[in-house]
Amino acid sequence: MHDKPIVSTAPAVVHGPPTTFISKHVFSLDHKVIGKQYYALALAAVLTGMVLSWLMRIHLGWNDLAIPGLQAFSPNGAPSGVMTPELYLRIMTMHATFMVFFVLTTAPFAAFGNFFLPIQVGAEDMPFPHFNMMSFWTTFVAFCVLVSAFFTSDGPPLSGWTAYAPLSAIGKDAGPGQGTGQVLWAAAIGIFCIGQLLGALNFISTVLDMRCKGMTLKRLPVTAWAWFITSCMGLTAFAVLMPATILLILDHVAGTSFFIASGLVINDQLVPHSGGSTLLWQHLFWFFGHPEVYIAIVPGMGIITHVLITNMRRPMVSMKAILYSMWALAFLSYMVYGHHMFVSGMNPFSSLVFSFPTLMITIPSTVLVLIWIGSLYGSRIRINAASLFALGFISMFVTGGVSGFFLAQPSIDIMLHATYFVVGHFHMVMGVAAIFGIFSGTYFWFPKMTGRMMNDTLGKAHFWLTFIGTYCTFMPFHYLGWAANVRRYSAFTDDYLKPLIPLHQFITVAALFTGAVQLIFLYNLVHSLLRGPAAPANPWEGTSLEWIMPSPPPWNNFGGKDPVVYHDADQYGVKTASGADYIMQNSPESSPTGC
Amino acid sequence: MATTIPPPEPEALLLPKRPQMSGAGNSGGHDFVPADGSLRVVDQYSPAPSSSAIWVGIAAICMSFAALTSALIVRQGASSDWRHLTLPPVLFFSTFVILVSSGTLEVARRHVAAFMTGRAAHVESPRRWLYITLGLGLLFVASQYMAWVQLRSQGLYLATNPNSSFFYLFTAIHALHVLGGLAGLLRVIIKLSHSTLRRSTLDATAYYWHFMGVLWVYLFVLLWMRI
Repeated sequence: MHDKPIVSTAPAVVHGPPTTFISKHVFSLDHKVIGKQYYALALAAVLTGMVLSWLMRIHLGWNDLAIPGLQAFSPNGAPSGVMTPELYLRIMTMHATFMVFFVLTTAPFAAFGNFFLPIQVGAEDMPFPHFNMMSFWTTFVAFCVLVSAFFTSDGPPLSGWTAYAPLSAIGKDAGPGQGTGQVLWAAAIGIFCIGQLLGALNFISTVLDMRCKGMTLKRLPVTAWAWFITSCMGLTAFAVLMPATILLILDHVAGTSFFIASGLVINDQLVPHSGGSTLLWQHLFWFFGHPEVYIAIVPGMGIITHVLITNMRRPMVSMKAILYSMWALAFLSYMVYGHHMFVSGMNPFSSLVFSFPTLMITIPSTVLVLIWIGSLYGSRIRINAASLFALGFISMFVTGGVSGFFLAQPSIDIMLHATYFVVGHFHMVMGVAAIFGIFSGTYFWFPKMTGRMMNDTLGKAHFWLTFIGTYCTFMPFHYLGWAANVRRYSAFTDDYLKPLIPLHQFITVAALFTGAVQLIFLYNLVHSLLRGPAAPANPWEGTSLEWIMPSPPPWNNFGGKDPVVYHDADQYGVKTASGADYIMQNSPESSPTGC
Repeated sequence: MATTIPPPEPEALLLPKRPQMSGAGNSGGHDFVPADGSLRVVDQYSPAPSSSAIWVGIAAICMSFAALTSALIVRQGASSDWRHLTLPPVLFFSTFVILVSSGTLEVARRHVAAFMTGRAAHVESPRRWLYITLGLGLLFVASQYMAWVQLRSQGLYLATNPNSSFFYLFTAIHALHVLGGLAGLLRVIIKLSHSTLRRSTLDATAYYWHFMGVLWVYLFVLLWMRI
């Protein structure tokens, strides 16, 4: 195809400068504003999700404790202020949904990716800014629909973020929240998928078609690669989840029987559905669900690699191996989804088929870790909040990844699947590691995004306290799992579980402590935003294109000029004529000593 | 109605003007700038983003319909309640209509291509062929609706049988995508009227529309075999 105007030779223009408050701050076409909007949405979601996790933890530690305000929050779920099992499950469902979809997916991918991907490839904006704006507002609508479940008489659903059928498909007879609440949940996820598909379309097109002169694929910064790989995963994963949510909603509102088997009796009532496959939902969900793990973590891998290179002042041992490993993770993530279903009664041979590629995933994961550690070895890394969180990411990824070895094997997983071992595993590897990536990105890019510096001392304190707090919270989960402490239970009344309650209380205290520590981050964020010292254009002496523009960047990024790129983004540890130890991507200067 | 449009300037055909948009891109590999700083092949820019975006969009739609197809196959094997139904005859007509619409759109595109390459001095009314395509698209949607009416008259509703559920689901989701294609065609016609249509926009719309036809043929065969 040739892009020749058949009638007019008027040039294609992405969009002009914003002229009104609404077009600048609300319905903005600017990818940077949209990135900030995504970040704000993720912040609101993470705070909501964290408060919900506190409620769960307090209840697990002290079952009979009346939590102040809980009765007002849910009169039916906590008649005397003490959480009922049903309310516990609802809070668990909403906590996980907020965190997985609206935090781990939106912050590292949609927020940072929106802000920095066009800049890093040398573009003025994404190719389809209207789609980009729709992407955010669709996601926002999804968030509102999900929150609205709290305000229905039915309440939010209790079927977990995985919404396993038939519990999720039967309707209100299945329990409180399983009627309107579950439909709202499914609608919210379906709408969220549309937003992410629009975003993925823009991200992929940006990388393929919007690169500036000289920006070959080999010269793309690692973050741009990470967002591109994530977009490819998002495009294929969310495209599967969306029709699954449509089927689920139809089972609720139209009387179809996609997921509801025949002969089900609920509360002594025969369910008027027949013939559906309860496992069908699991297949469709986990085909999305496992790539989702990598949608959450791969952007973090890119971010911390970018941060580490900048602070080590030298390139990674092998950037090629890092990129191939991230691609391998993305590819394998589609081969392994069945390992979430080892206990679903699947054929043992099928379990092996899924187990083998699951164990293979450890190869690219190990390659990544070895390259990070090997590159760090002997480097004089600059210690700041961003680099600390990047190091913390590696720690969390290794710790959480090691427990994956156990769960990848069907014979062990069958024993551990329903226990806190799994909770500890995915919180470490998917939750905390990804959030450390978000923190690292925040401390690193905050000056560019806002034009102000964050307080690094507070940032370091935030890191150490969070690092200790998260280990204290999530490491004991593994022990609980080995002790056969079942998950999804709101109280532990069995004799063999009672001795574990003090450990639960310890975890609760650690979780509250870790949550409270985030107030340091919030204070730093807000205070720096309002009163932080002005940020220079390149505070970290980085080489990629985001550092060649003022902080914050103008609406058209490069001021209407086209950058030309001469190098990759790894030109550190060189000796230049000016005495700097780095060469920026747009500098034609070549290093006399090489890199 | 024939539309006479002044041909573009000769140099516009030979040397694509550098769009003012700084992010127009050069697709990297086509425009390699070596590290020694010497610039070569700097005039070559990448195709419009719509040319790759349309394939990205088609890939996503393929994934969704692949998921629904697997759901159909799993659901059919899950229980003995699957009873085959006779497809409404009007579906043969709608299949014919959407295939013909692909042809008419291709005629419109060829007229534009002839004009752009200088083989034709005037655009031979691509708008007329676009209107015909639009009309055929609407006829396709109407015939799908007729298929629903025929099915309903047999007492087959969305929840009657799993096969009727899948029939309504597949046809409805495909029709929604066709409506999206009709919106794209309308946009092309409007841009043509305002002299702002770009070749890449027309090409992307055409590829999407052809894909809608191919997708429908696939669904028709699937429904015929399975339902």
